[in-house]
Amino acid sequence: MVEINLEFSGGLELLFGDVKQHKVQVPAKDGAIQVLISDLLVWIRGNLLKERPEMFLKGDSVRPGILVLINDCDWELCGRLASPVEDGDTVVFISTLHGG
Amino acid sequence: MVRKCVLCDERRAVLRRPKTHQQVCKDCFFAAFEDEVHRTIIDNRLFKRGDRVAIGASGGKDSTVLAYIMKLLNDRHGYGLDLFLLSIDEGITGYRDDSLETVKRNEEQYGIPLKIVSYKELYGWTMDEIVREIGRKNNCTFCGVFRRQALDRGAAALRATKMVTGHNADDVAETVLLNILRGDIARLSRCAAISTGDDGALPRSKPFKYTYEKEIVMYAYFKKLDYFSTECIYSPNAYRGFAREYVKDLEAIRPQAILDIIRSAEEFRFSLTAKMPEQGTCERCGYISSQRWCKACVLLEGLNKGLPQLGVSKSRGSAKAPSASSRTPIFLA
Repeated sequence: MVEINLEFSGGLELLFGDVKQHKVQVPAKDGAIQVLISDLLVWIRGNLLKERPEMFLKGDSVRPGILVLINDCDWELCGRLASPVEDGDTVVFISTLHGG
Repeated sequence: MVRKCVLCDERRAVLRRPKTHQQVCKDCFFAAFEDEVHRTIIDNRLFKRGDRVAIGASGGKDSTVLAYIMKLLNDRHGYGLDLFLLSIDEGITGYRDDSLETVKRNEEQYGIPLKIVSYKELYGWTMDEIVREIGRKNNCTFCGVFRRQALDRGAAALRATKMVTGHNADDVAETVLLNILRGDIARLSRCAAISTGDDGALPRSKPFKYTYEKEIVMYAYFKKLDYFSTECIYSPNAYRGFAREYVKDLEAIRPQAILDIIRSAEEFRFSLTAKMPEQGTCERCGYISSQRWCKACVLLEGLNKGLPQLGVSKSRGSAKAPSASSRTPIFLA
């Protein structure tokens, strides 16, 4: 079990009851030692996402156009879905799909 | 595992740039981002000293970052520009009223004077009233046509000599594809231009034409800029949404695709025999128009006569001028 701070912005918060920040406990997959971002996404879908999952997820990843930062670092630098998340980490999801 | 910035080889990298695939730290990212917009402005001679520049500001991410960076570059490089924020109040309760609050905060944060013009004062109708009249089907047509003109009217009231908008590389790529899908040759021929206005309208430009949306959002995030992000309550615009999603899917596979679409469009050459509308002026309000009446006047006439389908029919380019007018838009110019 790891405790993670989640943040949704850029309009994504609307899919989560209009709440931007969440502190959550996420279990590792059976037999696994680490929690990966891919596990986190599955957990979010099953436990946190309130509506329109297609606005957040596409296939087994986030919808293209949603940025993911792990401890303020672009997830593209740390392995995307395979990035491990640890106790106390902050994961931020920002939609770029809204008008500007 | 901590990766170092490839530019300074010192600090922790925080993002991968879509344009170059470089992994860079926050400071090097800010510097590169700001410098690229500066280069775009200089290389394309977007402004001249003494220009009064209206920044189209919606309170959203792109225009908020644009306002911030215009102020920063104007101060840093001594462009000698007078900057203004120009916002349009379409009259959409729960959407625009909230985003206008963001623009009002930006006015104070950046010290740039703000002007708001409303559909109500220009056309006599708010979008809420229009949607009540016509339903949700074609409301984006009204809003788009009215906004374009409203920005020009607002800029004229500010005595602006230039206008800038926050359209980014992703937006331009999306518009190129849309115009191809619609076979709209006239728009296709000008949508990838960095500035328009050779036809007598106020010159408009897009300083973010080569800037990725991802970097704009990252910049706003790391700089903690205050922007508003809620989808318009009336916006289905499914066709554009489809093009948008397609561009994002391409970007996920190969980020360069976005700049390549733009480059392709820049190199298009259009047949001299392709039918292009001729620019003239609207007989009723004097706005630039390729028809006897500009699109806004046709739409407005329909609204005022209770015939809202006027001007939104499929046969684009055949807008007819109805006879008598009940209400002429009040323009500020």
